[in-house]
Amino acid sequence: MSKVTLTVNGANRELELDTRTTLLDALREHLQLTGTKKGCDHGQCGACTVMVDGQRINSCLTLAVMHEGDEITTIEGLGTPGNLHPMQAAFVKHDGYQCGYCTPGQICSAVAVLNEIKAGIPSHVSADLTVAQQTTAAELRERMSGNICRCGAYSNILDAITEVAGGQT
Amino acid sequence: MRSFTYERASSPAEAAAAAMRTEGARFIAGGTNLLDLMKLEIETPTHLIDVNGLALDKIETTTEGGLRIGALVRNTDLAADERVRRDYGLLSRALLAGASGQLRNKATTAGNLLQRTRCPYFYDTNQPCNKRQPGSGCAAIGGFTRPLAVIGTSDACIATHPSDMAVAMRALDATVETVRSDGTVRGIPIAEFHRLPGDTPHIETTLVPGELITAVTLPKPVGGKHIYRKVRDRASYAFALVSVGAIVQRDGTGRVALGGVAHRPWRVEAADAEMPRGAKAVAERLLAGARPTDENAFKLPLVERTLGAVLAEAKG
Ligand SMILES: Cc1cc2nc3c(=O)[nH]c(=O)nc-3n(C[C@H](O)[C@H](O)[C@H](O)COP(=O)(O)OP(=O)(O)OC[C@H]3O[C@@H](n4cnc5c(N)ncnc54)[C@H](O)[C@@H]3O)c2cc1C
Ligand code: SF4
Ligand code: FES
Ligand code: FES
Repeated sequence: MSKVTLTVNGANRELELDTRTTLLDALREHLQLTGTKKGCDHGQCGACTVMVDGQRINSCLTLAVMHEGDEITTIEGLGTPGNLHPMQAAFVKHDGYQCGYCTPGQICSAVAVLNEIKAGIPSHVSADLTVAQQTTAAELRERMSGNICRCGAYSNILDAITEVAGGQT
Repeated sequence: MRSFTYERASSPAEAAAAAMRTEGARFIAGGTNLLDLMKLEIETPTHLIDVNGLALDKIETTTEGGLRIGALVRNTDLAADERVRRDYGLLSRALLAGASGQLRNKATTAGNLLQRTRCPYFYDTNQPCNKRQPGSGCAAIGGFTRPLAVIGTSDACIATHPSDMAVAMRALDATVETVRSDGTVRGIPIAEFHRLPGDTPHIETTLVPGELITAVTLPKPVGGKHIYRKVRDRASYAFALVSVGAIVQRDGTGRVALGGVAHRPWRVEAADAEMPRGAKAVAERLLAGARPTDENAFKLPLVERTLGAVLAEAKG
């Protein structure tokens, strides 16, 4: 067992965990934050995407004990049913899901993607590495490729992100 | 996952010493490969040494005009570094062609070099695999071989090295800097870092037990056009069937390395000399002595055509 203190959605959480516990299992099984989903548990689907110190990662491929003092943001921290984050609202408006299982990961990832583009981080489809990056459909598709949707809601997901991106720039 | 004890290392030398002190110890950086394999009990360390606290996350300019990339620099940060984008575009491109945004945010320079093969039989613990369990045999030979190696293989193993970044590092003549448990440091040229499988496919690099990677250095920029072309089964978030990393100068000279074809990033210096003569000549030199299977023989013409596309793009 190991002790770890995380800041999850703004609140300090002290946990005593089996060292093997992934960040994903710490969130779901120990903090009852079940918004973050477990799809593959191997980094292959993106359902477990959360933000750590502002950066999106797969919470299934990292140990909770490796995050002492880190700030974790999950889907529950982005918005609430009465006060949706703009990305959550856009997913609702554009019907960016069917079963909804991949959705929390999609939304966390989408919020981070827009920040990454703003920060000037290039992608595989960026034609020129040395200029500011654009929020084109091709860019968003490539950057969202780490989030698989079994229901195939991709085109509506893209519409939702595009709307939020438009509102931001 | 088997249980293990956990410690945070306080300095590189201390981390290396701790790795020697504890039987079954492993370093953990991003964890994106090690934890994946620990969940499947393919990797079973009894002790993890977390190196994330070590201040090895900087990219500095060297006195020779090159770059010194800390072992813990994340793949995202390396690909986005202004100097890398400007002077080592091949490295940015290779990194961005790999994995996903989430994974690149965690994956480190050292961890990427040391990621293990994606051979499906290595992952299936019900199958014999000389790499996972030395001496048990190789289920891939005579099995499903489409994604596997075509050159530099042995009768013991035909796995590939899956890294995109390593292909760029090979073409860029990188050097891997390390510290050993007795505190001594050395630089290993990337050409001598990854091993061919031979009779010991479980020994993948020339690192000695406990040796910690501290940085990867690049010589000063060589100019030219930097192109990384990756061919895979889907447009993104998939490993390479074949990849070509090339630096092409205006006069048509240059250098080239391949991914997806061998147990290490594949470069043949004599093939570089053929570059002005075109893709066919280069591919012939690069792949001389290839031993593909029926299922992966397609990789040979695919290399030549991908190389052709790369050389055309360099001219255009
Ligand atoms: C779904 C998926 C898709 C992927 N697709 C691609 C792809 O298309 N292309 C690609 O190139 N990669 C791909 N990857 C692999 C990814 O790039 C690697 O998992 C990552 O680079 C490993 O880095 P890490 O820091 O997380 O390593 P870790 O998992 O922390 O470590 C890996 C190994 O390196 C050792 N190690 C780590 N740091 C050091 C050090 N400083 N000194 C000595 N030893 C050290 C560890 O002990 C371990 O054995 C993919 C991974 C996943 C899960
Ligand atoms: S090719 Fe190598 S990794 Fe794959 S089963 Fe054979 S020995 Fe194992
Ligand atoms: S559950 Fe983490 S990527 Fe699938
Ligand atoms: S909405 Fe069902 S998996 Fe995406």
